[in-house]
Amino acid sequence: MKQFVLKLYIAGRTPRTEQAISSLKEICEKDLASAYDLAVIDVLERPQLAENEKILATPTLVKELPPPLRRVVGDLSNRERVLVGLDLAVRDELEKGKDR
Amino acid sequence: MKNADVVASVVKVATGIPGFDFIADGGMPRGRTALVAGTAGSGKTIFATQFLAEGIRRHNESGVFITFEEQPGDIRRNMHSFGWGISAWEDGGAWMFVDASPEPSHEMTIVGDYDFGALLARIEHAVRSVDARRVVLDSIGSVFSQFDSPSRVRHELFRIASALRDMGVTTVLTAERREEYGAIAVNGVEEFVADNVIILRNSLEDEKRRRTIEILKFRGTTHHKGEYPFTVIPAEGIIVIPLSAIELKQRSGDIRVTSGNIDLDRMCGGGLFRDSIILVSGATGTGKTLLVTHFVDGGAAAGERCLLFAYEESREQLGRNAIGWGTDFDALEQEGKLKVVCEYPESAGLEDHLVHIKSQIEDFKPNRIAVDSVSALERISTPRGFREFVLALTSFIKHKEITGLFTSTTPTLTGGASVTEAHISSITDTIVLLRYVELFGEMRRGLTVLKMRGSTHEKEIRELVIDNRGMHIGAPFRNVAGILAGNPVQIAASEMERLDKLFPVENGL
Repeated sequence: MKQFVLKLYIAGRTPRTEQAISSLKEICEKDLASAYDLAVIDVLERPQLAENEKILATPTLVKELPPPLRRVVGDLSNRERVLVGLDLAVRDELEKGKDR
Repeated sequence: MKNADVVASVVKVATGIPGFDFIADGGMPRGRTALVAGTAGSGKTIFATQFLAEGIRRHNESGVFITFEEQPGDIRRNMHSFGWGISAWEDGGAWMFVDASPEPSHEMTIVGDYDFGALLARIEHAVRSVDARRVVLDSIGSVFSQFDSPSRVRHELFRIASALRDMGVTTVLTAERREEYGAIAVNGVEEFVADNVIILRNSLEDEKRRRTIEILKFRGTTHHKGEYPFTVIPAEGIIVIPLSAIELKQRSGDIRVTSGNIDLDRMCGGGLFRDSIILVSGATGTGKTLLVTHFVDGGAAAGERCLLFAYEESREQLGRNAIGWGTDFDALEQEGKLKVVCEYPESAGLEDHLVHIKSQIEDFKPNRIAVDSVSALERISTPRGFREFVLALTSFIKHKEITGLFTSTTPTLTGGASVTEAHISSITDTIVLLRYVELFGEMRRGLTVLKMRGSTHEKEIRELVIDNRGMHIGAPFRNVAGILAGNPVQIAASEMERLDKLFPVENGL
């Protein structure tokens, strides 16, 4: 089973942050079949992590694994586009093709 | 109370960038953000880096550098040549980078709404970590290309600028311009940092590059207006030359010094004024360099030190000529009474020459300087740039109470004024003309003191004879007219007598 490693960088608890978290949780449950490891990082508490990863905008979702590394910036309100941004949409189609 | 607020709001912070604080009436407005806009290659990053570097070196103020374009490694390397040891300052906790440069490997998609909360958190973290007083954002153009909505980016940068203001730091924010005379900056950046705007220009005039800096506005406080030339010097950085802003308030003493030629001293009413500028103008071969040699020799004999800038002849050639006239430059140099600096005018821009001359003067601390010739320097500049150069140089040497002798080569052999003179004659205190006089099919030389500020002087045109001991000033050309016009005419003796009766000669005038 594939393991997804996701990190969501947020700047404090704002409505936009809550929107991003709930959108992401939904995508994880539905599209990643719970095979994921999600960390939510508040840059206000841990600015050095944002510095190391060169995060500018918040929210930023980083897909560290599996490769390729992908970033999606914004409140993640459009599921289809988030999947494309994470390079998952095409992969999904391939997986389905194999199953058949 | 209200008044106290107003006073507090215009405190300036001295940047330490040479010359800039003068045109800025003290420096950057403290606690504000200043936009520094310029075309590519106009020196924005250098200005910004120097702002932080001088803060650390001169004022013990830490700095944070937020880079949107170049990698921190590149900035460390590129700025090392100016003598700014960024790595050491980083280790010492005086400097911190916030790296917001684009990362090619970071493939990014934008889905929905966002802000620059992470960037702001990183900046706040960096400012807190080193207790920064100065912040640089360089250059914000590339952040617009990374994100989709310019109005969103503008809004977020405005938020960051406000936060920096709340932190009480003084900020320099650089932005690109597309043309030297046009919109202040691309992407409408000036809309959110409208209070303080500085423009760097690198324009092409007559095939010559001319760098200038202009403070467009400082809200609520004063500054000098207009464009001021600046130069970028290796190992030093930006040096602004506040030419037109120099006040002509040098005190002029009445101490006289020798020109090195007794006859010329006599014609000048007893010698040259110590803190005055003498322009010697003449065609090639009329004896300008010889007069310079006498000037050096006379100074040395009186125990003065002379600095000679030669732009037309090599050191060897000068030395040979001087020996021929009885002055040993090598010996004088060994005694420390003379320093000869020979350079090709084309080896540097005029601003660079000025900075170089000034630093030579600071080092050698001469009593007198000679420039042979200033007209050679005119070749490499625009008329305006040249005039500003002469103005800055004369003002500088007058402040130091130094006697300055400049030579200028006229383009025509007899008569005529050079372009150089037209530009600088009003700046100089004394003008000595050397002219060829064609008489009876023979070329002879004439010398006259055209003007001498603050002193009486002889107004006759005297014959000049050059032999192996140098220059000798003889009798006036009493029976020749039209020398200065380049068309000498013999006047009959009876006519001379008649004129003498009409205008009796007053002694010494």
